[in-house]
Amino acid sequence: MTQNKLLVKLENAGVYKSPKWLVRGISFEINQGQIVTLIGPNGSGKTTTAKMILNIMNADEGMVSGNANKMAYVPQKINIDWTMPLRVIDFMKITSSLTNTQITESLTMTGVDKLLYNQIHSLSGGEFQRVLIARAIAKKPDLLVLDEPVQGVDYNGEIALYNLIKKISVNLNCGILLISHDMHFVMSTTDHVICLNGHICCSGTPSSVVKNPEYIKLFGEHNSETLSYYQHHHDHSHDSDGSISK
Amino acid sequence: MFDDFFTRALIAGIGIALVTGPLGCLVIWRRLSYFGDTLSHSALLGVTLAYAFSINISLSVFIISGTVALLLLSLQKRTKLAGDSLLGLLAHSSLAIGLVLIGFLSSIRFDLMGLLFGDILAVTVEDIFIVWFGGLIILGILFYIWKSIFAATVNYDLAAAEGMKPDVSNFIFTILLAGVIAISIKMIGALLITGLLLIPAATARSLSNNPFQMVILSILVGIAAVIIGLFSSLELNTASGPSIIVAALVLFILSLISFNKSSALQK
Repeated sequence: MTQNKLLVKLENAGVYKSPKWLVRGISFEINQGQIVTLIGPNGSGKTTTAKMILNIMNADEGMVSGNANKMAYVPQKINIDWTMPLRVIDFMKITSSLTNTQITESLTMTGVDKLLYNQIHSLSGGEFQRVLIARAIAKKPDLLVLDEPVQGVDYNGEIALYNLIKKISVNLNCGILLISHDMHFVMSTTDHVICLNGHICCSGTPSSVVKNPEYIKLFGEHNSETLSYYQHHHDHSHDSDGSISK
Repeated sequence: MFDDFFTRALIAGIGIALVTGPLGCLVIWRRLSYFGDTLSHSALLGVTLAYAFSINISLSVFIISGTVALLLLSLQKRTKLAGDSLLGLLAHSSLAIGLVLIGFLSSIRFDLMGLLFGDILAVTVEDIFIVWFGGLIILGILFYIWKSIFAATVNYDLAAAEGMKPDVSNFIFTILLAGVIAISIKMIGALLITGLLLIPAATARSLSNNPFQMVILSILVGIAAVIIGLFSSLELNTASGPSIIVAALVLFILSLISFNKSSALQK
């Protein structure tokens, strides 16, 4: 197997917004086919870090270098003004020219292909979230950044979406940066976890991070117990068709 | 054909409506109606300077409105005053400076009402040229940056992350807005230009279900408002600008009625 391409690399990067550093000393990299998860409490700089990678914000210190050709973004919040009439099909095409087949394909992947001609304003929170993800993957990005992608989605839908994200990473062979407060997914799918609180508290494989004292300090012992339980619960692997193989 | 002042006004008015349609949609999508107001108030200063130095009104208005727009963009980054306060500050101070300067120019014959509310009698062949030439340039640039400006209107972060360069298109859009005010000030007047940007677009909103449709309808409503407004201005001997805006308002009210009917039918 050939060496996976390096998509983005942060070296000691930081963003300053008067009067404080939003994040500082961030170093990590994302490679092709890899899922990197950022976790951390509110205001810990998860979104800021994502925005540095996406070139929405510039690093005031350190370096952000990347050679991803196509980046796609699923923002945490997006409000579309009612004054703009916008169907799902129009929204899908806002940053790239897509064929109808491409659009239908990715909407089918996220399970919302029936909504193609619905108004964006009429969608429920969960439906909108799926449309956002479908839009991001339709252009086949090599780096996908998902900021809290399962908010507003019910528990079953959440599991389906996380499975979908795993599938996307395999099918597109893209790098994925996932911002999450949801430890379940962190445990089951991710390759590399970064625990953030203005700086990188700890990072590593999911199972090593939960044992890290810094992590326990941030999220508490109780949480890590639930996680270990979940980890145990998922102590098997899935075939590509979803069936369980021991 | 251009001999008749009414024909000249009609041709110029339709040219203006072609441009205010798409720009007006962007103005209401981006909640910039107050911004349009500020630019058009500052246009009065532009007109005064045009008289003082005998230069072309549209050129002078374009320069002043454009400068105010850029001033606003830079002030927004420098001060902590809220956006609407800055807009009010610039709108009223430039309007005031314009009116003070008019006082100094008492030796020149001045039609203040015409400046504020538009004057069809004043439309010359040269104005038609300015409206259509300027209008086509504005439309051409708008067409070129449409994808980027539209993406930035839906969501700035998405547009920035996915390489649409929203800062560049926001800047160009601001300049285009100054441009549309410059070409329409003589016809519509400084106080009412924002109305021609907003009302046709608002009318189109309740009748359309996608952005492209809204832009087209907004142009058509604008053209209808210009034609109806100018004819009634001729018949009733009223000022052209207000007549066009009233015609647009009537169309807007009609659209609300038909909108209520169609949504009642859906239930």
